[in-house]
Amino acid sequence: MSNNEVNRTRRNLLIATSVVGGAGVATAAWPFIASMTPSAKAKGLGAPVDVDISKLEPGAKLTVAWQGKPVWIISRTTEMLDRLIKHDDRLTDPKSESSIQPEYCKNPYRSIKHEFMVAVGICTHLGCSPSDKLKPESDNETGPNWDGGFYCPCHGSRFDLATRVFNGSPAPTNLVIPPHKYLSATLIRIGDDSKGA
Amino acid sequence: MKILQALLGWIDDRFPLTATWKQHLSEYYAPKNFNFWYFFGSLALLVLVLQIVTGIFLTMHYKPDASLNAAGVSVAFASVEYIMRDVDWGWLIRYLHSTGASMFFVVVYLHMYRGLIYGSYRKPRELIWIFGCFIYVALMAEAFMGYLLPWGQMSFWGAQVIVNLFAAIPYIGDGLSTWIRGDFVISDATLNRFFSFHVIAVPLVLLGLVVMHLVALHEVGSNNPDGIEIKKKKDPNTGIPLDGIPFHPYYTVKDIFGVCVFLMVFSVILFFTPEMGGYFLEGNNFVPADPFKTPPHIAPLWYFTAFYSILRAVPPMFGSQFPGVIAMGMAIVVMFLLPWLDRSPVKSIRYRGAIYKWALALFVIAFFVLSYLGTQSVSELKNWLARIFSVIYFAFFIFMPWYTRIDKTKPEPERVTA
Repeated sequence: MSNNEVNRTRRNLLIATSVVGGAGVATAAWPFIASMTPSAKAKGLGAPVDVDISKLEPGAKLTVAWQGKPVWIISRTTEMLDRLIKHDDRLTDPKSESSIQPEYCKNPYRSIKHEFMVAVGICTHLGCSPSDKLKPESDNETGPNWDGGFYCPCHGSRFDLATRVFNGSPAPTNLVIPPHKYLSATLIRIGDDSKGA
Repeated sequence: MKILQALLGWIDDRFPLTATWKQHLSEYYAPKNFNFWYFFGSLALLVLVLQIVTGIFLTMHYKPDASLNAAGVSVAFASVEYIMRDVDWGWLIRYLHSTGASMFFVVVYLHMYRGLIYGSYRKPRELIWIFGCFIYVALMAEAFMGYLLPWGQMSFWGAQVIVNLFAAIPYIGDGLSTWIRGDFVISDATLNRFFSFHVIAVPLVLLGLVVMHLVALHEVGSNNPDGIEIKKKKDPNTGIPLDGIPFHPYYTVKDIFGVCVFLMVFSVILFFTPEMGGYFLEGNNFVPADPFKTPPHIAPLWYFTAFYSILRAVPPMFGSQFPGVIAMGMAIVVMFLLPWLDRSPVKSIRYRGAIYKWALALFVIAFFVLSYLGTQSVSELKNWLARIFSVIYFAFFIFMPWYTRIDKTKPEPERVTA
């Protein structure tokens, strides 16, 4: 056998060995990659939360923890609700068509009972928690003609009192509405909207 | 003396000690015209050692644990305060580490600027530049993950924003960001893995890259302020470049002087203003992390703010903030391409024409303005400024093949100048 000639058998064996070895490395890597996904414990923390809203004053906001995230419950007055329908032309997604919410909240007020707004208080841009600008008072952060809502301090996104995002904000969609239901007139269950019981 | 000679001989028969010393120090011939800008490579190495040593001692007392202690403060936050107040000299070691982080970026940015003005990235030094860019990326990862560890408000919300950048990637984003966090929100799992990456994984990668950076440098030889190859003119008898001097003792002595001056500056910051008015350590990070309340003003540390400005300058498109994330990523990726974008016949700014000098000046101004804007809260005017200067930042790179070719250059000298 000359030195210049390729030994086909040896080359094929070399390729086969490399392929099997590569597959072995890829397989062995899997447990390490998978170990970085949320643990069984972290997955178990998604249990529903019951919130008593009997002490929530009109026009005020309550924050509770659900799945480690802040969930807001805003008690909206009639004036607040009236202002909500006046600025559709300044909103990115006024009808909440590309936003995430349960079907029963896909209305202009984004709620089941319009006097109570329930939303995950995490900006859809990069995950900061917007600050309260509930009163219709304009300042440097809210810009002119403010109807009340929220301002995200990280990148300047603005939301109205139905957590719908205003035009010109970096946030692409309205805030997320979690699944929720009323257990009684003053008790909301967040994270569960199943019928009955 | 004789015993030492014998010992050295014994080692050299088994390990290339003398050969390595000669190759990288006593017989590594560097151009004789190094100037001020050539201090920062060795200073970067010094700061790397400082960060590793202080990091080892901090790890002895720090606890990566987000659970609350009896006083209702997270264990991680409390352990940093414990280092600052109760560990003997702990405040010094911690401030050395936090000041060292910012000074690392100061030194690295000046080192990169040196490469830019003298064309140190040009053929045959493309790989040195690319290894350097990887070092810069690794350094950013290291700094970012280190900043989560004190578990303060800025730690938490900074990590929240940066990890959410990955969530903007279409289709795989959500799963990817959850995988990075190890949870659906920034939590104890995130803190623990960032600690692991910060103290083991990234430092190992960094050290490996630094070795590759130096091996590649010593293979082709150092560039110099004239941007000409000293290896073209060698002494016919010795084969040593006529304009080369041995790194040791000539440049070791020069670098020791640089180290002395650097340590004076470093000490002034360390002892008089370790927080640097909020630029090296932000005030909000002395408040424990609160997952339900974002501080009224959040900004990354100064060395990230130029890229943060670019991120904020791009408006969402097609209902996604992914374009902004892409722009920010491209601002770093484009640096890797520099060796192939520059088509000038000369390397050094000394022999370049007016167009390049203006382009570079605009680029430096853009970098400073973007860095400043990134520390500020957003407004209509600032947003437009960020957009204009982001365009200038990218224009420097995109139009480089064109403007470097038409630029009127001066002839390069045969030998290095004083």
